[in-house]
Amino acid sequence: MTRPDADAGAAVIVADRLTRRFGDFVAVNEVSFQVDKGTIYGFLGPNGSGKSTIIRMLCGVLRPSGGQGFVLGYDVERDAEEIKRRIGYMSQKFSLYADLSVDENLEFYSRIYGLSRNRARQRQDELCELVGITPFRGRLAGNLSGGWKQRLALACALLHEPEVLFLDEPTAGIDPVARRELWDLLFDLSGRGVTLFVTTHYMDEAERCSHVGYIYLSRLIVDGRPAALKELDAVTPAGTRRVELLTPQPAEVLHRLRQVAGVRDATLFGDALHVLADKDLSNDELRNQTGRTPGEVDIRAVAPTLEDVFVTLSRHEAKQRAS
Amino acid sequence: MNGLMAILLKEFAHIRRERTTLFFAFVVPVLQLTIFGYAIETSIENIHAVVYNLDGRQESRKLIAAFANSRKFQVVEYVYDEGAFDYALASGRAQVGIRIPPDFTECLLRGRQAQVQVLIDGSDSQIATTAMNSAALIGLNQSMKRGFAFAEAQQAAAARDPEGKLALPIEVRPRLLYNPNLESAHFFVPGLIGIIMQLVTLFLTSFAIVRERELGTLEQLFVTPVGRAGLLLGKLIPYALIGFVATLVVLLVMVFVFRVPIRGDLVLLLTLSLLFLFTALGLGLLVSTLAKTQLQAIQFAFIIMLPSILLSGFMFPRSAMPGPIYIVSFAIPVTYFIEILRGVILRSADLADLWSHIFGLAICCVVILTLSVSRFQKQLD
Repeated sequence: MTRPDADAGAAVIVADRLTRRFGDFVAVNEVSFQVDKGTIYGFLGPNGSGKSTIIRMLCGVLRPSGGQGFVLGYDVERDAEEIKRRIGYMSQKFSLYADLSVDENLEFYSRIYGLSRNRARQRQDELCELVGITPFRGRLAGNLSGGWKQRLALACALLHEPEVLFLDEPTAGIDPVARRELWDLLFDLSGRGVTLFVTTHYMDEAERCSHVGYIYLSRLIVDGRPAALKELDAVTPAGTRRVELLTPQPAEVLHRLRQVAGVRDATLFGDALHVLADKDLSNDELRNQTGRTPGEVDIRAVAPTLEDVFVTLSRHEAKQRAS
Repeated sequence: MNGLMAILLKEFAHIRRERTTLFFAFVVPVLQLTIFGYAIETSIENIHAVVYNLDGRQESRKLIAAFANSRKFQVVEYVYDEGAFDYALASGRAQVGIRIPPDFTECLLRGRQAQVQVLIDGSDSQIATTAMNSAALIGLNQSMKRGFAFAEAQQAAAARDPEGKLALPIEVRPRLLYNPNLESAHFFVPGLIGIIMQLVTLFLTSFAIVRERELGTLEQLFVTPVGRAGLLLGKLIPYALIGFVATLVVLLVMVFVFRVPIRGDLVLLLTLSLLFLFTALGLGLLVSTLAKTQLQAIQFAFIIMLPSILLSGFMFPRSAMPGPIYIVSFAIPVTYFIEILRGVILRSADLADLWSHIFGLAICCVVILTLSVSRFQKQLD
């Protein structure tokens, strides 16, 4: 595992060789990381790579098969109930009561967390304002649209003012505007000192996190600040450089470039191409290989995106495991 | 006990919104009781019979009248050839075929033994048994009448009653206790109450929990500080209440619709019903820890319901069961409860009469609740 920047400060979440097996299948394999107070830790990885399993272990609802986990200093196995008192959790799918109204759902969770009557009313009002659901408080939760359901779920998870919030793919299946608004809320919470642990599929969401971890086939292969990850040697090996190529019909050009000696990797990125090439392959040589008239091709040096980082590292990892 | 009130209030809100729960809890049992109570009729009458009378004279007609007058048989068809006789039986139009030979009257008049053939369709063993016994009894009665007439003519008698009339040497005098009119409702309806109570509580509780598991709301609850006891009791108490009220409703239907009076102590009956109710709730909880989806819950619930109906003594007497199955029936809680129900309702049995059944039910209750409560954890695996 690569750990580019040394973590300092108070760790709120610590995973130490956390492992979970389901029968013969190893869903999470010796995953270790730390999350500091007040950070937004983005957890990425393909479907079935073990993201939800890790969240469930950290929330104390799934026993680890090996290793240790600590949340706010409490052991996830021994002191699960202490952890549950202090964290909020939003699961992958909407898991509030569709046949209860927004208010009734909030009321229910206020009682579950044992808030006093006055405190409960105050928190409910505050949170309805925060997530903007005040106009719909009488509506049945089942009749809300996807984005509003998530906001309600967030409000319910925040009633008891948790110090840590776990969100398992909170933006899966909701529209881009709602997605943006939800992230604005998360930044707001982070600003108030809440530590956020978020799993996601979206690279643009990953770019907004203060820290990211990438899990691939049950193993955490990299974690750190996005900026630090982009500077990893493994991502842009010595003697290579990354360039962006702007050209008409980039898909055709992609095919050609992949055959060229000196081109380590080429991927389509919007209507441009991202190319990892040997340093001694000059822009002109590259331009000649595209099969277009030189005037049509615009080349400039770029920093790797997080997508580049994860794609490169998972290929690397796959190659290593194969050998 | 954390969160008990929260879960209770929420559960009642669900029940208020989801009217089918109440329908299932109150209307369905009453319907079931009414339908089953009237449909389960064990006294068999009017078995369809076909008659092939090759004699046709008075004596043979008297015999056929005796069959019809017993009300066990109903002559549906007279046939006049062998083919039609066979066809009536094979087609299922008649379950019994009576063939009277051509020399029937002659034999009787000459003092020889006359033979009547009675063919019985054995497919339904209950009907066949009734037909066989009734046919034999009719033959015996007719023979006896002839014997009496003969003895009278000879001025001889094996025995006489105090008035000096001819009588059977031995008279058996049966007297029916507890259910003098042999109404099958008296026997079936109390047992049915046990079955219905189990059905309602088993399905309601297992569904209430499995639905939450399926929706993911249970996982969400696991991540809160709600106590395991609070969560369990909050989910079970509402359905225990519903189950108890349903029991009262069903008892009322039994007393006022089926006219089966409760002869024993009502308080004892209700107390023991509560004990059974907790056992049934435990079964529901057990199902909910085994099933991941509502479909699986239905399947598990049926696996539990089938032996409860077939092997508990509700349908078939346990004493007639083969050894291994008889032993299995001891592991079925409703077995004990049906004994208790029949005992208290029909025979006015008290605590001392029922102690072995109460003991058995109590053991079932403790075992099932311990097992299901220990299996129910605030964990996903």
